[in-house]
Formats: sequence, structure tokens, C-alpha cells
Amino acid sequence: MSDSVASSPFYTEDHDAFREVVRQFAEKEIAPHVHEWDLAGEVPRDLYNKAGAIGFFGDGFDEEFGGHGQRDALMRLVLMQEISRAGSGGVVAALLSNYIGLPPVQKFGSDELKARVLTPCMSGEAIAALAITEPSGGSDVARIRTTARRDGDHYVINGSKTFITSGMRADFFTTAVRTGGEGAAGLSMVVIDGDSPGLDRTPLDKMGWLASDTATLYFDDVRVPVENLLGHEGAGFSMIVNNFNPERIDLAAQSIAFARVCYEEALAWARERETFGKRLADHQVIRHKLVEMDRRINANQAWLELLAWRLNAGDDPVAEICEAKVDATLAFEFCAREAAQILGGASYLRGDTVERLYREVRVQAIGGGSEEIMRDLAGRQIGL
Amino acid sequence: MHVIVCVKQIPDPALPGELDPATNTLKREGKLILDESDGYGVEMALQLVTAAGGGEVSLVSMAPNDEVSGLRTALAMGAAKAVLVSDPALSGADALTTAKVLGAATKKLDDADLILAGTESSDGYTGTVPEQLAEVLGLPSVTFAKTVEVADGALKVDRQTEAGYDEVSCPLPAVVSVTAGVVEPRYPSFKGIMAAKSKPVETVTLGDLGIDAVSWAQQIVSVDDAPEREAGEVIEDDGEAFGKIVEFLDNLKVI
Ligand SMILES: Cc1cc2nc3c(=O)[nH]c(=O)nc-3n(C[C@H](O)[C@H](O)[C@H](O)COP(=O)(O)OP(=O)(O)OC[C@H]3O[C@@H](n4cnc5c(N)ncnc54)[C@H](O)[C@@H]3O)c2cc1C
Repeated sequence: MSDSVASSPFYTEDHDAFREVVRQFAEKEIAPHVHEWDLAGEVPRDLYNKAGAIGFFGDGFDEEFGGHGQRDALMRLVLMQEISRAGSGGVVAALLSNYIGLPPVQKFGSDELKARVLTPCMSGEAIAALAITEPSGGSDVARIRTTARRDGDHYVINGSKTFITSGMRADFFTTAVRTGGEGAAGLSMVVIDGDSPGLDRTPLDKMGWLASDTATLYFDDVRVPVENLLGHEGAGFSMIVNNFNPERIDLAAQSIAFARVCYEEALAWARERETFGKRLADHQVIRHKLVEMDRRINANQAWLELLAWRLNAGDDPVAEICEAKVDATLAFEFCAREAAQILGGASYLRGDTVERLYREVRVQAIGGGSEEIMRDLAGRQIGL
Repeated sequence: MHVIVCVKQIPDPALPGELDPATNTLKREGKLILDESDGYGVEMALQLVTAAGGGEVSLVSMAPNDEVSGLRTALAMGAAKAVLVSDPALSGADALTTAKVLGAATKKLDDADLILAGTESSDGYTGTVPEQLAEVLGLPSVTFAKTVEVADGALKVDRQTEAGYDEVSCPLPAVVSVTAGVVEPRYPSFKGIMAAKSKPVETVTLGDLGIDAVSWAQQIVSVDDAPEREAGEVIEDDGEAFGKIVEFLDNLKVI
């Protein structure tokens, strides 16, 4: 696996050192518990504190508010892929809601707001979420219906959001609202405190990501101080769009790490299990499956590392990030399926890693911009 | 309070190790990592300094090729500085030589209130360096500590025994070996990793320590593979197998 200074030109000793920490963290603090947390429908609250203590949430956030004081897309790749080795998209999604909810606060929040929101989230004491999608649709962001009406030094929020990761327990919601007229130009972003009167939450029962709570939010005359507006009125659409790029490459990075978990599970089984007098790995059909998995993982991994390096160099490869998300989730889907075939009945049992990932694949291909939307956006970027 | 921790940097135990056929000792050419059993000493030292309300944790290590990777891990956990002794003349050194060298290395640092070490390394397992180090430095030695407390300038140690533990008091400074697993070593944080890069590591040779020549009497004369585990006995169940199993367990005197 290209995952260290020794095997890839992109990584430094710092990446290797932090990789080791996150790997051990995932192995010891997460992997032994993922099934139990799936059954519980949430991860323990103190996992956030433990993750905060190693600096898990800090990439791209100011040092004075507890962040790393730098944005390093390669470090982020390391972080995503190592945490994903524990084989639970739900745990990753739960921890990662900070990484989608907080960047707009970092970029457009006042220092006062940053101190109030970023500092506790960096340490794991508080949780942030991103609230864009509405019951009426997620892909067509420009048609958001939740409204924010100015009333003195407050906005009054009315409407609803759905599919919100960490929605049941988040302390802060970075929320897309309509402050103006129709279309993209009428959108703004505000931070809504979780304990605001008039905010209700109901949990959603899902196919996968069971360890991550997902909610529908209802805003009924929720009053938000105008200081919680990010940037200026009407700037929401570009914030949303820019926030998607890191989320998409994160989802692709996780997907390839999950694909690798599937591959490794299948490989271990194929080397051990015997049928018709020989190991599964000695049947040509199975060998080819394994090589196909490895091939797709390696190709995607190389692409992701190159994209991360280009992001660090100041490039903004939007079309390729969309394409990479599509390819990574397709590779993950393929690997989850083939691993399940190789494992046979064992992969159909609750608690099995491949069983979990096979279900979780679906959301990786939909959330953060579905496959179809990714292709469409890439097509527009290419200028077809 | 100033605590010095002896830390060993070892080849990654997750990778297959190799012996040098000439010396019968482990090959140590590649990257070395912090011995897990020394993580406990580092953690305990950091906790003691915090409990004391201030001070510093320093490290001493002996390793080939100026290797500092394992030291960086301990620095990232929170230690302040390190002295590394790296000298080709030390290749294959025995435990007593190691203790003498580490003892000399501690002199490169401010006087310690306390010196901690693991009870034994995960790659050598001689389990004798801490006691020898105490002798070399003329300090009291307390072994197999499961808890360590400093109060009123003296040391209180619960010392693990087979039956339970002894409560030991001892004047400072002293050399204490820490039993594996008694504290939960913290993970190095991102900030710790970045800060560790600029923490001072003084790399010295034997000459720098004022040691002219080293020689040792201990030799590893031969190495044998561990015996292969023998296959167990398979009892086919003909409806009466339980009787054979009962007889087998009875012979072992387990029932
Ligand atoms: C478990 C989970 C967690 C989530 N977490 C969050 C979160 O934290 N915050 C948040 O804001 N959202 C979250 N989402 C929502 C997610 O981003 C949306 O589900 C996604 O954007 C798709 O929106 P939709 O479900 O409303 O589908 P729709 O937009 O209704 O689309 C339905 C289908 O039609 C296709 N489609 C739509 N438009 C086109 C087109 N122009 N051309 C071709 N095909 C098209 C889509 O690809 C999709 O497959 C989460 C979703 C899930 C399942």
C-alpha cells in the first residue's frame, strides 16, 4: 500500500508520524467496538474528546482555536484513510460532521464566533453539523426553502432540514437558509445553536452508518443573532459549493480505505478457506476477483494522492475531484460485492465487517453529491 | 521535578526480525520505533511532572545510526529533550555495557530527581539494565513499580510481586523500573508531533561521554528456533468420544 515515506513520494515524516497515531487510535479505540456502536445507534460521547486530544479535528483550522494552524490535503488523506481502517463508515461519519460543519465558520466567522464554536469542537467537547439538504431535495441546492427573516438584531428561521449527520446531538448547525429571493443569490449561511428554542429534531432509521445519528430538523421561529451569519447575506451558495470539494475528496479517500478493508478481509479468507481440495485463492476465478479489487484500489489511491498534492500546491481540480469520488465509490461498491462473494455466507451475518461496509457503500455514492450529480458537475467543469 | 526516562528504540515488532549470524544479535539497520514497554515509563514520568506542578521529562537512549524515530515519538508525547548515544563500537553491546553507557548519558543532562526505565525491552528481554544502571550511578533501585508517587522529597512505590504488591519507600534520586501496562500511554498529538521536531536531541559518541573503549564479556553462543508446536490428538467421535476426552483431561489432572 502506498502509505508512507517509503512507498510514495508525496508523504513526509510528519505524515508518517501522524499516520501511526491515527492507525493505533483506530485499532484500539474504534475497531473493537464498531458492532456494539452500530447496535447502540451512536458512538460514545467521549470518543470525540479522545479524538480531539490527538488533534483529529484540526486540519485547516486556526491554531489559536485549537486547530493545526495549517491545511494539508495529504495529512487529511492520511487522517481519513487511517480512521476508516476500523471498517465503520458510521463512526467516521459521526466524527466527520465537524469537518463539513466547521470550515465555513473558520473561513467566514468572526473571531468571537470562532472562539465560541471552533474551540470546543476542536477539543471534542462540542459537535458541529452541516445542514443543507431539505425534505424537498438535496441535489438542487439553489432551491433551498428554509427561510431566515431579519427581525432587529436577529434572524428568524423557519423550515426543515433532513438527513443531517450528527443531527440528534450536534451543538452547532452550519445551516443554509434563504435570506433573499429565488435562486442561488438568495442563499446565506448561519450558525444555529443546538439548544435554540423552536429547534426540534427527530432521528432517522437507516440502512447503514448505524453508529452515526442522522436527523430531520424542524425550525419553528428559531431566533439566531445576526452575529451568527457567516460572511454576508447572499454569499451562501458559493460557501456551500466550496465546502463540497474537501467533503468529496474525503468521501473518496474513505471509500478507498473501506475498499481496502474489504479486500484484506477477502484476501485473508481466500488464503485460508479450502474448497474442492484447494485454497479459495488457488481457484482462478477467485484470484482474478482479488486482483481486480487490488487493481482498482491502487489506481484510485494513486489518483487521490496526486489530487491531494495538487490541492496543496494551490490547484483547484474540481472536475477531477468529482470524477475521483465517482470512481472511488464505484471501486468500493465493487470491492464490497466481490469480498462478500468470496466470504460467502459469513458476509451475510450481522457484525461482519464486509456485511456492514456492503450496506454503507450506498451512502458514500449518494451523500456529499451523488454519482449522477458528480458526473454532471464534472461535465460542466470540463466545458462539454 | 526532573525525570529522566531510559527509552529503547527497537525494530518494529510487527515486521519479521532478523538475526545477525556473526553476533547472534538482532539486526537494527532500518527504522526503529519506541519500545512499547518504554511508553509506560514516559507516560508515568509525564504524569509525575504534572503532579509535581512543574518540571521536565528528559530521555536517554542508545541506538545505532543516529536513529531518533522512537525518541521523536516520546518527545511528541511530551518529553522535553533527549540524549542519544550512537557509536558503531556499541554494536552488539551487552546489558551491563548498555547500563554504563546510559549512566554516562544521564550526566549530559541536569541532575535527575528520578530515573525511570521499563522492566525489560520487547526485543532483548534481559530485564537487567535498570538495576545495573542504579548500581553504575550509585542510586537505590526499585523494580516492578506499578504505582509511583513522590511526596515530601521521597519516593513511594507499589512494587508488583507474584502474590500482590510491596509498599516501598525510598529516598530520591532513585532508579525505578516500571511494569508494563500500569498506565495508559497517551497518543502523541498532531501538535506534539510538530513540536517534537524542534525539541533538542543531542547525539553523542562514546568519546563525547569520556568513554575510551568498551568491551563486554557476555556472548550469545548459539540461537535455536523455538520448537514447533506439535499437532494435537484428534479423537474421532464414534459415539463414545466423550469417554476418551474425560480420560485425557483426567490424565492432565485438570478434572
Ligand atoms: C446517511 C446520510 C447522511 C447525510 N448527511 C447529510 C448532512 O450531514 N448534511 C446535509 O446537508 N445532507 C446530508 N445528506 C444528504 C445528501 O447529501 C443527499 O441525500 C444528496 O445530496 C442527494 O439529495 P436527495 O437525497 O434529496 O436526492 P435528490 O436530490 O432528490 O435526487 C434523487 C436522485 O436523483 C438524482 N438526480 C438529481 N438531480 C439530477 C440531475 N440533474 N441529473 C441526474 N440525476 C439527478 C440524484 O443523483 C439522486 O440519485 C445525507 C444523506 C444520507 C443518506
